[in-house]
Amino acid sequence: MAQTQVAVKDATDQLIEKYGFDDHFHDHHDGDKYQTNFITHYIFSMDHKMIAKQFLTTGIFWAIIGGLLSLIFRLQLGFPEENMAWLKPFLGKWVVLNDAGIGSISPEFYYAMVTMHGTILVFFVLTAGLSGTFANLLIPLQIGARDMASPFLNMLSYWFFFLAGLVLFFSLFLSTGAFSGGWVAYPPLSALPQASSGSGAGMTMWLLSLTLFVVSVLLGGINYVTTILNLRTRGLSMWRLPLTIWALLVTAILGLLSFPVLVSGFLLLFFDRSVGTSFYLSEIFIGGQALDHVGGSPILYQHLFWFLGHPEVYIIILPAMGIVSEVLAIHSRKPIFGYKAMVFSILAIGFLSFLVWAHHMFVSGINPYMAMIFVLFTLIIAVPSAVKVFNWLATLYGGSIRFNSANLYAIGFVSMFISGGLTGIFLGNSAIDIQLHDTYFVVAHFHIVMGVAAFFGMFAGVYHWYPKMYGRFMNEFLGKIHFWVTLVGAYLIFWPMHYLGIAGVPRRYYSFDSFETFSHFSGMNQFITVSAILVFVAQLVFVINFFYSIWYGKKMKVKNPYGATSLEWTTPIKTGHGNWPGKIPTVHRWAYDYSKGDRDFIPQIEPLSEEEKENMASH
Amino acid sequence: MIILLTFLCLALLVIVVIQIGRVSEMAGLIRGEEDVQNDSNYWNSRLGMVFMVLFVLGCIVSAIYYKNYMLGYGPHEAASVHGVAMDQLFNMTLFFTGIVFVVTQIVLFWFAYKYRGVEGKRALHISHDNRLEIVWTAIPAVVMAILVVFGLNTWNEIMQDVGPDEEYVEFEMTGYQFGWIARYPGEDGVLGTRDFRQTSGVNPLGQVWEDPANHDDLHTNEIVLPVNKKAKVRLTARDVLHSFFLPHFRVKLDCVPGTPTFFVFTPSKTTEEYREELSKYPEYQVREDPNDPSSPRLWESFNYELACAELCGTGHGSMRMVVRVVEEHEYKAWLSNQSSYYLNSIRGTDNDPLKGKEIELDSNEEVGGQDDEIGSEEAESNEPGEDVDAEEEEEIPSDLED
Repeated sequence: MAQTQVAVKDATDQLIEKYGFDDHFHDHHDGDKYQTNFITHYIFSMDHKMIAKQFLTTGIFWAIIGGLLSLIFRLQLGFPEENMAWLKPFLGKWVVLNDAGIGSISPEFYYAMVTMHGTILVFFVLTAGLSGTFANLLIPLQIGARDMASPFLNMLSYWFFFLAGLVLFFSLFLSTGAFSGGWVAYPPLSALPQASSGSGAGMTMWLLSLTLFVVSVLLGGINYVTTILNLRTRGLSMWRLPLTIWALLVTAILGLLSFPVLVSGFLLLFFDRSVGTSFYLSEIFIGGQALDHVGGSPILYQHLFWFLGHPEVYIIILPAMGIVSEVLAIHSRKPIFGYKAMVFSILAIGFLSFLVWAHHMFVSGINPYMAMIFVLFTLIIAVPSAVKVFNWLATLYGGSIRFNSANLYAIGFVSMFISGGLTGIFLGNSAIDIQLHDTYFVVAHFHIVMGVAAFFGMFAGVYHWYPKMYGRFMNEFLGKIHFWVTLVGAYLIFWPMHYLGIAGVPRRYYSFDSFETFSHFSGMNQFITVSAILVFVAQLVFVINFFYSIWYGKKMKVKNPYGATSLEWTTPIKTGHGNWPGKIPTVHRWAYDYSKGDRDFIPQIEPLSEEEKENMASH
Repeated sequence: MIILLTFLCLALLVIVVIQIGRVSEMAGLIRGEEDVQNDSNYWNSRLGMVFMVLFVLGCIVSAIYYKNYMLGYGPHEAASVHGVAMDQLFNMTLFFTGIVFVVTQIVLFWFAYKYRGVEGKRALHISHDNRLEIVWTAIPAVVMAILVVFGLNTWNEIMQDVGPDEEYVEFEMTGYQFGWIARYPGEDGVLGTRDFRQTSGVNPLGQVWEDPANHDDLHTNEIVLPVNKKAKVRLTARDVLHSFFLPHFRVKLDCVPGTPTFFVFTPSKTTEEYREELSKYPEYQVREDPNDPSSPRLWESFNYELACAELCGTGHGSMRMVVRVVEEHEYKAWLSNQSSYYLNSIRGTDNDPLKGKEIELDSNEEVGGQDDEIGSEEAESNEPGEDVDAEEEEEIPSDLED
C-alpha cells in the first residue's frame, strides 16, 4: 500500500513537471514576503489557506457561543419552573431572584439570547464560518491558482468579519442588554427604544456589526467570483470544475446581489432610528405618546430584509451541497451522478432564490394576489432540490463506499436535507402557511434544512479537508462518535418541534403558561432541552478533536490520502505559499474520473489516454 | 464555586475525549489502516441501517401518538369553514411528502449499506443517465404543479372578501404591548374613525369622538362570534407589529401599525360543541388540577384562544384573549348587554369634546340599558338589516384590497 502511494506521489510531480506551465511565480520573491514574520504569517495573513483557517476557527468560536446561548433559552423553555439561581454567577442581573430566592431568566435576556443565537448562527457561523472557510481554502487550490485574485481584499474580508464579531460580542455585555427583537429585526420593534430595552444601544451595535459583516461578505464575494472566472489553470474549463467550486461561485454571486439590499434596508432603519424619517414607521402610539412618524410601512423593511434573507439560506446551503457532492463522490469512488444536472440545479436554485422572498411574508399583510406568484416559485424550487437529492442517491448506487467521518456527515446531510426540505413544501404553500407561520413547525423546518444540514456539510468538509489545512488527520473514532450522537440528537431536538408547530404553538414565547392551547407540551419541551444539551456536549468532542489534532493528530504521510482527482491533492503535504512549489498543474479532464476502466481514479492533471480520446470522438 | 465546578467538568471531558482518541489511534496502528477502514465500513453501514429503521419507525409511531394534536385529526379539528379546506391541503401535502420521505430515507441508508466498501469490490463508473434524470425531474414537477393548483385555489378562497350582499359580523382588533383591544361597531354597524394622535389613557384607540359612528362602538374584553356566520376582523396595531392568531380557526394575519388589514372567516363550531368533541378524548377528561377533584375537567374549561404570533417584546407570550363562538341568538343577547365605550367612559367627562352638546344617541341611551331584560328576540329582528347596509358605504381602503 505504502509503496504504491509513493509511486503515485512521484507520478503526480512528474505529471506537473511534464504538462504544467511555468508562471515564474517563485522567481519573484515578493509573493513570499507576506509570510516573513509571526504577524504577517498568522494574523494579517494574505495567504488564502491561512485566512481559511482564520475563518474556520473564528466560526468555531462563534458556534460555541451561539450554541451556549441556545442552551440558556432552552433551559427556560424546558424547565420554566426550575430554580435558575445557579446561573447567577454567569449571567448576573439577568437571572432574577424572587423573594423566595428562586431564580428565573429574565424575559429581556431570554429574547436577547434568542436574537443573538439566530444572528450568530446564520451570519457568523453558517455564512462566514462555512463559505468563508471553504471558499478561501478550496477556490485557489481546486482551480490551480497561486492565491486569490486579490489577497489584500481577502485579508480585509476576514478582518471586517472579525470587527463585526467584536462589536456584536461587546453588545452582549451592554447594561440595557443585547438586541432582543429577533434576528430579522422587524421595525417598529427594532426602531423604537421605547418598545424594548434591547432596541436602544443593543440595536445600534447590532446594525453596526451587521453592516461591517456585509462589507466582509462583499469583499470576499467579489474576490471569489473574480478568482474563479479569471484564475483557472489551463485546461480547466467551467465544465471541468469540481461541484464545490460551482456552488461557491453561485454562493458568492448571490451574496454580491443580495447583501447590498440588506444594507439599504438597514440604512433606512438607521435613519428612522436616528434622523426622524418615517420609512418604516407610521401611526404609532407608544410609551404614552403618539409619535410624529406617518406614512411609512414596516412591510417595506420586510421586503428589503427577505430579499437578502431568502438568498441567504441558499448562501448557507449551497456550499454545503457542493462539499457533500464532492465528498460523496470521492468516498463512494464514483463520479458524481448527473454532473451537468447538478450544475444546472445549483444555477436554478440560485436564480429562483431571488424570486421567492415574500414566502416569509404571506401573512404579514401583503396583497394576497402577490402571494400567489411566490407560492409558484417557491414550490418550483423543490424541483432542482429533488434532482440534487436523487443524484446524490444515485451517486451512492454501485459505489464502494468508504465510511469515514467526512462521508458519514455527507450521508447525514442528505438525510437532513430530505427531512427539512419536505417540510418546506408545507410552508411554501401559502394556505397552509397561514396556520404554520411563526410556529415551531417553521423552527423545525429551517433548523433541519439550513441549520443542521449546513452544519453537516461543514463537518463533512472539515473532516475531509483537515489534512489539507493542518497536515494531520482528525481522530476518526471521535469523529464517528460525534457524528452518530449529532445525527440522532439533532433529530431528537427538531423532530418533535413539528408536532408542537402543528398544534399551533408559536415560536419566540418566553413561556406557554398563559394559554391553555399551548400548555400541554411541557414534557416534550423538557425532552427537547435535554437532547439539545446532549448534542452540545457532542460538539465539544468535535472541538477537542479539532484542536488536539492540529498538534497531535495522525500525520498525513501521502499527498493524496483519499485517492481524489482534484487539484488540491497534487500540492505538497506542507502546502507553502503559492500552493505548488514549481509549475502550476494543467488540467486535462473533469474532476470525477473515479473507477474508470481498471483505474481507481484518474487525477485531473493526467492527459487523456489514446483510448479515451477515441471514446470522446465517437460520442 | 459553580464556575470552578464547570471548569473541572470541562477539563475532565477534555481528558477523557483525548484519551479515547489516543487509544483508538493506537489500536488503529496495531491493526493497520485498511483493516480499520473495512471494519468501519462494516459497522457504520449497519449502524446506518439501524438508525434508518428506528428513525422511520420513530417518525411514524410518534406521528400516530401525537395525531390528536395534528391538523384535522382528533380533537383539534378546524373550527372554521376554511380551516377544513386548509387541513385537507395539509393532509394532501403530508401524503406526497410522507411517501417521498420514507422512500428516500430508506434508499439512502440502504444504498449506503449495500454498497459499503468491501475488500476487492470495485465501484461502477456511472456518470449519468439522461432518461432517468428526466423522469425524476418530471415527477416532482408534476406533484408540485398539483400542490400549487390546490394550494392557490384554497388560498384564494380563504382570502376572499365578503360579497356585497352577504351578511357578516364585523369587528376590529388592535394589538398593543401587551394585549388586545376588541371593538364592535354597535348598532349603526359602522366602526367610527380613529386618529392615532388622539390616543390616550382614556381613549385607548384614538377614536374621534366628533364622529357619531364612534358613539355606539363597544370595547369588549372577549371576542364573541355567532356560529356559521361570516366574521370580518379588521386588524391594526398601536405600537409594534403583532399577529392575530386563532389556532383553532386557522386564522393568522399580522397587525401592522399604519397599515390596516383584514381577515374573513366563518366559525363553524360553537365553544360548547367544541367542548363536547373534546370530552370524548381521555387527555381532556383529566381534571385541570389533578390534586383537586372539584376542579373542572379540561374539556369543561376549554376556550378558544387568541394569541400573538409576531414577536412584539417581552410580553409577547401573554397576549391572550378568549374567543367565544355561540348561537346567533346568544350573540345578540351578549351584544345588547354591552354598552358603548363613549357613553360609559367619555360622555360628559372633561375628555368629551361634545360635552354639553346634544348627540343622536342621547335618546336611545335608556333603551340600550333595558335591552338585557327584553331578551334576544327583539334584538334579532332589529339588527341584521341595518348592519349590512351601513357597512357598504364605509369601506376603509386597505392593503389587502387592491
